[in-house]
Amino acid sequence: MHEQGSLSEPELDVCTRITQDSLDGLGAFENLGTHEDGAVLIFQGRVRNTNDGRSVSSLSYEAYGEMAERELGAICGEASRRFEVGSIEANHRIGDLELGEVSVAIGISAPHRDTCYAASRWIIEEIKKRLPIWKHEHYQDGDSHWVGSPEVSKT
Amino acid sequence: MTEVISVRTLFFGIYGELSQYKSPGYLELPSESTVEDFLDEMRGAAGCDWLPERVVVAVNQRYAEMETLLNDGDEVALIPPVAGG
Repeated sequence: MHEQGSLSEPELDVCTRITQDSLDGLGAFENLGTHEDGAVLIFQGRVRNTNDGRSVSSLSYEAYGEMAERELGAICGEASRRFEVGSIEANHRIGDLELGEVSVAIGISAPHRDTCYAASRWIIEEIKKRLPIWKHEHYQDGDSHWVGSPEVSKT
Repeated sequence: MTEVISVRTLFFGIYGELSQYKSPGYLELPSESTVEDFLDEMRGAAGCDWLPERVVVAVNQRYAEMETLLNDGDEVALIPPVAGG
């Protein structure tokens, strides 16, 4: 977060979204960055058809909405201070997704490519560590599982 | 006389499925209660004995510590292992 009226902090160009809308396609990234940026990198995470050896049929993502918005903003704000990036756009999909649909999309612009790769990698790892979003995997055999959650037996 | 506070409880992911409380629910606690006290109450009187030993909790949409003090009207969320991306 930049302080209002501060001249030492550069203006952060960060845009984040937690959305039910499709993230497929690259339209959101068309206007990413400025003429100062010689590199643009786009990362997409997509729904894969297998996980841990099981055939996946679809996924649903549940989010702690308000907190997820705040955390994603915080992650990208932190990234813009850690790395010399021009712009960051990071979006995470929630709701029901089919195989091949984009679940997460991160676009970075920066003067140089090294910064893009480093910042993009850092953001996706932080998302996986701290964004309050849960993945419910549905399998071809009709079973389903909350990814990463231990089997908790209710007595 | 002990004052009582009321906090809103939210369950997500597998905790939502296992919870008998379909969120949002409320829990009453003595004032000066911490997140740890909240979890004890959850596991005991509130019947959530299935909660694992280590649970991540967010208070008012921010990750909290076990020692974090709760206030009347706080939103307390039980956060299972996250799996975004």
